[in-house]
Amino acid sequence: MATASVANHDKITQDHQDHEHHDNFVTKYIFTQDHKMIGKQYLLTGMFWAIIGGFLSILFRLQLGFPEMDMSFLRPLLGGWIDESGALDPAFYLALVTMHGTIMVFFVLTAGLSGTFSNYLIPLQIGARDMASGFMNMLSYWFFFVSGVIMFISLFLKTGPAAGGWVVYPPLSALEQAIPGSGLGMTLWLIAMTFFIASSLLGGINYITTVINLRTKGMSFSRLPLTIWAFFLTAVIGLLSFPVLFAAALLLVFDRSFGTSFYLSDIYIGGEALPNTGGSPVLYQHLFWFLGHPEVYIVLLPALGITSEVIATNSRKPIFGYKAMIISMLGITILSFIVWAHHMFVSGMNPFLGSIFMFLTLIIAVPSAVKVFNYLTTLWRGNLIFTPAMLFSIGLVSFFISGGLTGIFLGNSAIDIQLHDTYFVVAHFHLVMGSASFFGLMAGVYHWFPKMFGRMMDARLGYVHFWLTFVGVYLVFFPMHYIGIAGFPRRYYSWTNFEFANMYTDLNMFVSVAAIITFAGQFIFIFNFFYSMYRGRKATLNPWRSNTLEWTTPLYPGHGNWPGEIPTVYRWPYDYSKPGAEEDFIPQTVPLSATPESNLPHEQELVKLELEIMKEDEEVLVANESIQ
Amino acid sequence: MYSFLIGVGVLLLLSIIWMVYRIQTLVSVVKGSDKKVASGSNKINAILFLVFLVGGGALLFWYSIKEYDNYQLPIASEHGAVTDQLFWVTMAVTGSVFLVTHILLFIFPYKYQYDEKRKASFYPDNNKLEIIWTIVPGIVLAVLVISGWMAWSDITAPAPEESHVVEIMGYQFAWEVRYPGIDNVLGDYDYRLITASNSHGIDFTDKNSIDDFSSPVVVIPKGEPVLFKIRARDVLHSVFAPHMRLKMDAVPGMPTRFWFVPTKTTAEMREELGDPEFQYEIACTEVCGRGHFSMRKIIEVIEPEAYQKWMAEQKSFIQMNPSLAEGLPAETKELAEIELNK
Repeated sequence: MATASVANHDKITQDHQDHEHHDNFVTKYIFTQDHKMIGKQYLLTGMFWAIIGGFLSILFRLQLGFPEMDMSFLRPLLGGWIDESGALDPAFYLALVTMHGTIMVFFVLTAGLSGTFSNYLIPLQIGARDMASGFMNMLSYWFFFVSGVIMFISLFLKTGPAAGGWVVYPPLSALEQAIPGSGLGMTLWLIAMTFFIASSLLGGINYITTVINLRTKGMSFSRLPLTIWAFFLTAVIGLLSFPVLFAAALLLVFDRSFGTSFYLSDIYIGGEALPNTGGSPVLYQHLFWFLGHPEVYIVLLPALGITSEVIATNSRKPIFGYKAMIISMLGITILSFIVWAHHMFVSGMNPFLGSIFMFLTLIIAVPSAVKVFNYLTTLWRGNLIFTPAMLFSIGLVSFFISGGLTGIFLGNSAIDIQLHDTYFVVAHFHLVMGSASFFGLMAGVYHWFPKMFGRMMDARLGYVHFWLTFVGVYLVFFPMHYIGIAGFPRRYYSWTNFEFANMYTDLNMFVSVAAIITFAGQFIFIFNFFYSMYRGRKATLNPWRSNTLEWTTPLYPGHGNWPGEIPTVYRWPYDYSKPGAEEDFIPQTVPLSATPESNLPHEQELVKLELEIMKEDEEVLVANESIQ
Repeated sequence: MYSFLIGVGVLLLLSIIWMVYRIQTLVSVVKGSDKKVASGSNKINAILFLVFLVGGGALLFWYSIKEYDNYQLPIASEHGAVTDQLFWVTMAVTGSVFLVTHILLFIFPYKYQYDEKRKASFYPDNNKLEIIWTIVPGIVLAVLVISGWMAWSDITAPAPEESHVVEIMGYQFAWEVRYPGIDNVLGDYDYRLITASNSHGIDFTDKNSIDDFSSPVVVIPKGEPVLFKIRARDVLHSVFAPHMRLKMDAVPGMPTRFWFVPTKTTAEMREELGDPEFQYEIACTEVCGRGHFSMRKIIEVIEPEAYQKWMAEQKSFIQMNPSLAEGLPAETKELAEIELNK
């Protein structure tokens, strides 16, 4: 009976589609409820923020690479933050670092990556007309937009934006006396994050509901592309962890504005003893990292999902260990919630807790290792086509290895004593979380651009962009390992006050130059993106000869994605280079009964069942027709 | 004039790049290479991966070996030798994984680049392999974790009774140091007692505080356990002594601690490094405001005998500032006067 109801459901949605939609400009491009347009909105907003976030990092890299430099030429932009002698203000330096982190982690890699591709791909790849709630989806984007506007305004305050590091640990972030950025800047930061959390939750609920309820006929969980698995688990992580960040932020708001003492105790500042007692700054750290660590996987899993899809397609080979990939993602999802305190080994918490979290942390390395080995085996004996998306995916695997391995040092509490809050940490997370996720985002854009805009991006510009960025990222972040092992602390305006750190000026200069070139290189991509959107070559329907459902839609899919019935799925998405098959790919919509030459023995057994179901569906359809 | 010329130059350069870009696009359309599954660029990209592997690998080894003495700080504490050994063992393990996986990652693209005549091998899974590469990393990690855990337990175990206590208090933007005096017990403190003349907020009604004294430099004896009692007065700070391999946050309202055994005096380290200016340093590693990068304190490690002598020479807070003893209750007042008359 289940099949019958599915068929009915299709019928109803299809009828619904037949109503004429007259979209005006506002409902089509601004307050749109079409998941594809919302995905593009996320992408463009994410790109905007990536440029801002990248630019902020260039400003502080100038300070670190060229501490003696006269920065007067930046005065038109930064005004009073450049003093008379042309030096950058140290408090504003901290604000730059803070905003770079906040923007990159939340606005670029969470919203720009997960927001873009979850929205764009989930309905297309599972065979749905749209998200479960188009309205909530629209709301999700606009909450994010408001959040961005507030954060953007905070950049221009007289006292500057939040400046306590992206983790905004109290008491620094709670006390205006401690740093100017903890005034109005921090208030706006908290408001912006509240909107952001609401946006993430609205989006996440939608992704989960859509994946569970709106899969097309035949699209069982064991036939979902790994992208969808990744987006699904990402949404689950976000749904469970973002509310905890909200709680942390709310208590911070109380401490800042209503005189409570959740995080404050025994403080003497500005010549005055504050009345707060009994609070604990460590409590905030626990709450923050309860989101903060899963957040790493919120930005990383979608990138890994995209990579799985791109590598399989362009290796012309099934992803190796589909089930193992799912199990390892599930493992990462669960473990990501019970490793948070490894950020706090030397925070003063009980060392016994440190031992527990060290054990849990190093367990999470196992599923990550499994994923790497599976990617390598997928490449092995493949037939590799280096599209720009494929290059970025291989780059991602490289960063995932380099950055992941240094995590084994940091997850070991004994070794972490020395490395904590040094540049070693900066190198670690910029590779494994920042650059890897960024490369996932890039791979996704290059791969799905033809579906998004009906045109191809220029491949050669893509190659130049890839090699410049890949080499550039390594030149920026690899040297930071040496600087970190030497003990250089993070968030330092300059290191010349210390003998042990009064070296590596040349290396820091090198890093800064590499960062500037890499940042400049991104404009190749920006150009390619916008130029190709209007003037790129027209795409074919399935340019990468891929198996997944999105490539069965028209070149410019309307709201509803498929003009006729939603296609039915008969197989998993990774039938590439199947022995016996004529082509080197078999789309998910091709029934097993149509490919007797390439079916594996267990698939051959399913053919009979499949024919029965198809016949039954036919009857239901005929019956429906006659009712009308 | 110059900027005008530069502007023209940039404009020219951009238009040349633009022309080249257009021409190569049109050529590829004419040649029909855009219709092929994989164009000639496929081979170039495959080769570039190899070039990257060789070039990057060479750079990595060259720089790591050349710079070893720069980034490897000398060790000056007992547990530092243990954690550094763990660090290098982990480096050996992860380094070899790093090399092997990267060699495969960059050789495969070259070896298996697209060939129309070839078909990729359909190899969807192999449970045996999956189990192997779940269990092997599991075992290796277990070994690393257990050795790390043993070191961590030793380091964070309670300090030996006879440890020399030093209190380090962070505030924006410096450190203050307090010694417990002859009784080796620090007096009570309360942040509400902080005044211009009592920056530690010491409670002088506690008799343990009478002989407490301050020092501009952290002086500690070589070869004997030292216990840092760490606290903060305003926001979070973190005591980082890189040569001691020591780091612990300073938290307002929650005192923390870290004990260790210094193994080399400042003089010995100066000789070893051939640097007569060398000083052990403390830096702050928890962001604390605009002066975060300037919270420097010097540690001076001396021989135990010299340490005893130095201790005896120090003047207590009360001796430095007799007004602190005013208004004390009778019992402690008496002690304070004895201290003053020393």
